[in-house]
Amino acid sequence: MTTLFTPDHEWLRIEGDVATVGVTDYAQSQLGDVVFVELPKVGRSLKKAETAAIVESVKAASDVYAPISGEVLEVNDALTAEPALINSDAGGKAWLFKLKIADKGELDGLMDEAAYTKHTA
Amino acid sequence: MLARDQQSALRHTPLHALHLARGGKMVPFAGYEMPVQYSTGVLREHLHVRNSAGLFDVSHMGQIALRPKSGRIEDAARALERLVPQDIVAIAPGRQRYAQFTNETGGILDDLMVANFGDHLFLVVNAACKADDEAHLRAGLSDACAIEPLTERALIALQGPKAESVLARLGADVAAMKFMDAGPRRIDGIDCLVSRSGYTGEDGFEISLPAERVEALAQALLADSAVLPIGLGARDSLRLEAGLCLYGHDIDATTTPVEGALEWSIQKSRRTGGARAGGFAGADRILPQLETGASRRRVGLRPEGRAPVREGSSLFADAVSSEAIGTVTSGGFGPSLNAPVAMGYLPSSHAATGSVVFAEVRGQRLPTRVAAMPFIPSTYKR
Repeated sequence: MTTLFTPDHEWLRIEGDVATVGVTDYAQSQLGDVVFVELPKVGRSLKKAETAAIVESVKAASDVYAPISGEVLEVNDALTAEPALINSDAGGKAWLFKLKIADKGELDGLMDEAAYTKHTA
Repeated sequence: MLARDQQSALRHTPLHALHLARGGKMVPFAGYEMPVQYSTGVLREHLHVRNSAGLFDVSHMGQIALRPKSGRIEDAARALERLVPQDIVAIAPGRQRYAQFTNETGGILDDLMVANFGDHLFLVVNAACKADDEAHLRAGLSDACAIEPLTERALIALQGPKAESVLARLGADVAAMKFMDAGPRRIDGIDCLVSRSGYTGEDGFEISLPAERVEALAQALLADSAVLPIGLGARDSLRLEAGLCLYGHDIDATTTPVEGALEWSIQKSRRTGGARAGGFAGADRILPQLETGASRRRVGLRPEGRAPVREGSSLFADAVSSEAIGTVTSGGFGPSLNAPVAMGYLPSSHAATGSVVFAEVRGQRLPTRVAAMPFIPSTYKR
């Protein structure tokens, strides 16, 4: 299992041909208290860089982009009832959606944890 | 770098160092670098004001003294009535009133507070408008008043149900003050000008004092465990839940006080048939609207789902029509309501409380109910 990161502060946990996607703890700290999450529909085909989800704080709405292309296999419905999970456990329980990876080649441009830590330093 | 140059051009209030020390996340606002939140976060800051007490730095706002050249306060009051549709003459010494500067077409140039301090009027205006307001006052009132911007004064607000007891612990004699009372008070040994008012819907106080004393007073207030510093983020969600207008968003030079649902702020004496009817900029437009209403109106909006409806969202009469009938002017999430909340303009035909319209958010039409404001009961001490 590998965890990769995007410059837009998303993480991807890769297990076989499935990627679980969330936002990073750094991202949640910048967003502030999350009050609303809009998730993609299961079955939707996402293209890399298109808006996949919306995360809203009291103050503002932020887009979460699809870090890679793929079909949405599952979404984390727990976030709809409890958006604040993103603040308390961004890297864990607050995963947003799972994608069936369309092109493993798209993973090549992503960062490992050390590179991402440097990116947010 | 451009960003850095812009950063350095921003002005600081006298509490800038305190903001940084308290973990303030600083953002540009009306030419100042201001805290949008502290380490507490917007949600908890908001709820803390509703449950306890919060301290706001509003030193970026403009404070202006109007001193009558004749020495008679009513001459300053009469002069100011040329620029606002409010009854200023009737503001008793030690009292304060909400007002608007209007333009020739009845639009609002700024909204403000006017206090009568006995020998002069004391105005508090919006930060983004203060230079224009000062010029407007000079152009309109210089014959009758000396116009004195009080640039060496700071302004803070202490808001929330525990505000009175916090000030009392610092020796301030404020318990007898009622909503919109205003006058000199000593707080922790510092001479201040205090009004019982605010921008949160809560009981609370606004405190003007010399800039060099404000850090000491802010530290004394924050030393009380009931008080947390509150940033602009919670200031916005608090005033939105209270149904209070944000100038430049909910009201501006194109909206009249009647369209802005601010008729309550225009006293009978300035209306048609009143003792000093009209005589202010835009009276030709505003006075008839006071009699018969305007074609559009600012209303409160409660979106039915969980999704916040933000400023700029278009409002539609139904789920399919292509023509928007209105626009959201402020919107977000109300932490005390635990629900989205907004305000915007609708045609009078759709502005009745209980009407359902549709707000467009990311291509979806969300049913949104017209609701009475304030959205939460205000707790002013009348």
